[in-house]
Amino acid sequence: MSKLEYRAIQGLKYKSGQIDRRTFVRSLLATGVALPSALSLAGQAAAATPKSGGLFRMGVGHGSTTDTLDSATSENHFTLINGYTFGNHLTEVNNDGQLVGELAESYESDDGQKWIFNLRQGVEFHNGKTMTSEDVVASFNHHMGEDSTSAAKGLLTAVESLKADGKNRVIFDLKSPNADFPFIVSDYHISIRPAGDMASGIGTGGYIVQNFEPGVKSVLKRNPNYWKEGRAHFDEVQLISIVDPTARQTALMNGDIDAMDRVDLKTINLFKRNPNVNIMEVTGTAHYTFPMRLNVDPFGDYDLRMALKHSIKRQELVDKVLLGYGAVGNDHPISTANRYHNSDLPQREFDADKAAFHYKKSGHSGKIPLSAADSAFAGAVDAAQLIANSASEAGIEIEVVREPNDGYWSNVWNNDAKGWCACYWGGRPTEDWMFSAAYTNDTEWNDTNWKGTDGSKKFNALVIEARAELDDTKRREIYYECQSLISDDGGSIVPLFNSYVSANSKSIAMDDQVAANWDSDGAKCVERWWFA
Amino acid sequence: MHPVIKTVLGRLAMGIATLFVVSIIIFSSIEYLPGDFAKNILGQAATEETTAAFRRELGLDQPAVLRYGQWVAAVVQGDLGTSFSGRNASGVDRSRQVVDLIAPRLRNTLFLASLAAVVAVPLSLLLGISTALYRNSVYDRSVNMTTLTTISFPEFFVAYILILFLASLYPVFPSLANVDAETPLGERFYRAALPALTLTLVIVAHMMRMTRAAIINLLASPYIQMARLSGASPTEVILKHALPNAWAPIATVIAFNLAYLVVGVVVVEVVFVYPGIGQLMVDAVASRDIPVVQGCALIFAMTYIILNLIADIIGILTNPRLLHPK
Repeated sequence: MSKLEYRAIQGLKYKSGQIDRRTFVRSLLATGVALPSALSLAGQAAAATPKSGGLFRMGVGHGSTTDTLDSATSENHFTLINGYTFGNHLTEVNNDGQLVGELAESYESDDGQKWIFNLRQGVEFHNGKTMTSEDVVASFNHHMGEDSTSAAKGLLTAVESLKADGKNRVIFDLKSPNADFPFIVSDYHISIRPAGDMASGIGTGGYIVQNFEPGVKSVLKRNPNYWKEGRAHFDEVQLISIVDPTARQTALMNGDIDAMDRVDLKTINLFKRNPNVNIMEVTGTAHYTFPMRLNVDPFGDYDLRMALKHSIKRQELVDKVLLGYGAVGNDHPISTANRYHNSDLPQREFDADKAAFHYKKSGHSGKIPLSAADSAFAGAVDAAQLIANSASEAGIEIEVVREPNDGYWSNVWNNDAKGWCACYWGGRPTEDWMFSAAYTNDTEWNDTNWKGTDGSKKFNALVIEARAELDDTKRREIYYECQSLISDDGGSIVPLFNSYVSANSKSIAMDDQVAANWDSDGAKCVERWWFA
Repeated sequence: MHPVIKTVLGRLAMGIATLFVVSIIIFSSIEYLPGDFAKNILGQAATEETTAAFRRELGLDQPAVLRYGQWVAAVVQGDLGTSFSGRNASGVDRSRQVVDLIAPRLRNTLFLASLAAVVAVPLSLLLGISTALYRNSVYDRSVNMTTLTTISFPEFFVAYILILFLASLYPVFPSLANVDAETPLGERFYRAALPALTLTLVIVAHMMRMTRAAIINLLASPYIQMARLSGASPTEVILKHALPNAWAPIATVIAFNLAYLVVGVVVVEVVFVYPGIGQLMVDAVASRDIPVVQGCALIFAMTYIILNLIADIIGILTNPRLLHPK
């Protein structure tokens, strides 16, 4: 049988449900198809024409009694999905990872500093009011200014001023050029609401909020006037907060819900056997890190950092901590789901000789404490133990310090009392965003205190340069270098990217590609999926 | 004043005094909870200044005695205060009144508790009396064995077994019991069926065995011998002669189990995704939302005190010796 025939047969098996998506993708990989194309082929095999109708019930593993409909306060996956379901933004990251205009029909800038957004015309809010530039300006001002308490305030500090130019155009003046600005306005906080009503859940989205009970559920029905074509297929939607993973999985198996996020990896092999359940794995931007603080001894030493970076069995961590649902990291925070992931950078592997060489050069002796608690991420303590084990093969002694879960983020992480600990990052959709969150010298969350070295000085200059660079090729080059600087000189060990693992009933269909910027198809599954 | 009314009033006063003591215990034990709300909600963003500012805003920088006084004064007027969460790192005050948070959850919990009680209490009385009547028979032994088995398993296990049989293999009832304010009554019964059944299985053994033991205990008394000698049938002996004197211990056990139905069912709530007050309290403890924790704890304490009071009153009213003291 030729490779092509084999692929075709696997495609048919996958279509008819004899094999799952994972197996199908794996079989394509085995015949030499690259991962991105394998994923898209898997999608094509499953793709069908969207059908409308039905009640879509989703179990979300988050949700709290403090949730609101004001997007300025969105902070968990429940509010994210809910917000994206009833609201729109100026731009959106579509299901194949491209940034496209949403309420903005187009956007342009000559210098990266002055951005012009041309609004889509004739879009109506759920209350019947037509969306204009005035609403956009009000929606942005909701997150800006001295008094604003929005979680998106930090994102928009770069905005010097914005003004409406006629009814259908908004002009932003930034303090300094930022080529990523159209990306930033797609952030889930910056939902466009009618001026003067930011909190009651009136948006322009595909679904209208009927009943919202914080921490319990959100009930929505289709917006008959939805402007976006080919989206919002379900008639009615219920987002249900089911925090207990067992309850969530039981509900899906019993048909009480149609989709869920965050599958419990411990039981996934049993869960997969259920004939009604599809498991979906997406590599996103979320990652686990072990930041070493350069201002705490002995981590200021480049060779010691290198020694530790070489003494980690990354694949073992993926297999044992994530049970295979993840990818190895290369000591920088940019994932394959990002635009400018540096694929040229050689993957760092466990190398006892190199580790021992650098360790000897650093002149350090004695135990190196590594703090961990499961509140950093599930399995952090196990991961630390595995690191201690592999490092001992290179003659490096690591002492795992088990910290209390309570107060972990204030007492252990980003704290000079502890030089090295476990940490979790949700990831950011753009390189600049991720770097400015945790790696540049002006962020409070620079958890490695990577500030004084030559590498970091160069890195900081490059990040600012890239921000103003509108030429894609040049930006790519700069970001490639940034990643290699963090990977070599930086203080963070990034051994793992954890996948989003979700599940849905076989009756659900979706486009060939699924967005990776957030879990649940970029948190827009409600308007993107349909009943097959 | 009739001695019974006097006793009841006395018990009521004791109840209020107990509640007061409990409020002190609640408040001081929360003071000793490790961690603090400000740090917890600020998470990765907790710095010295933001934490201090946050504590100031919430009034946590004031001395504990003063805060206790303010809290009790407000509670006496029916004001349980405002939830801490909502005033999160983003600063928008979207905090909700504790009463608004608790009321719908408490209603759900009381509904589930009543549903379970309506099934469990008559069932266990019936089983208790009938096993006393046919004690040491095969029937007695099998009822005992069954109820002891169900009480011996942890609630979540009973719940998962019920889900397996009644929701997965034979889908009679839904595994999700997520009711809301608009759920019609019939639907509510249907959705709450499995959690109520779980709770019933968990509490029946205790009440049934206590009923049986209380009755059997009395059967050795001389006055029961007398009743038998005068020709009363076994059923008559139990229902007419033994039971009236057994009500006091039975009522106490029933009260205890009813209180448990209100305050102790958080595991069942989580498994069935039932929006009850237990889950609310656990969430509040996890986020150190002190006003909500205090509100819930106070309601739980009140539940125990009121139910025990009722049990005491039943004990007095059904006991001739207490009813007519010398």
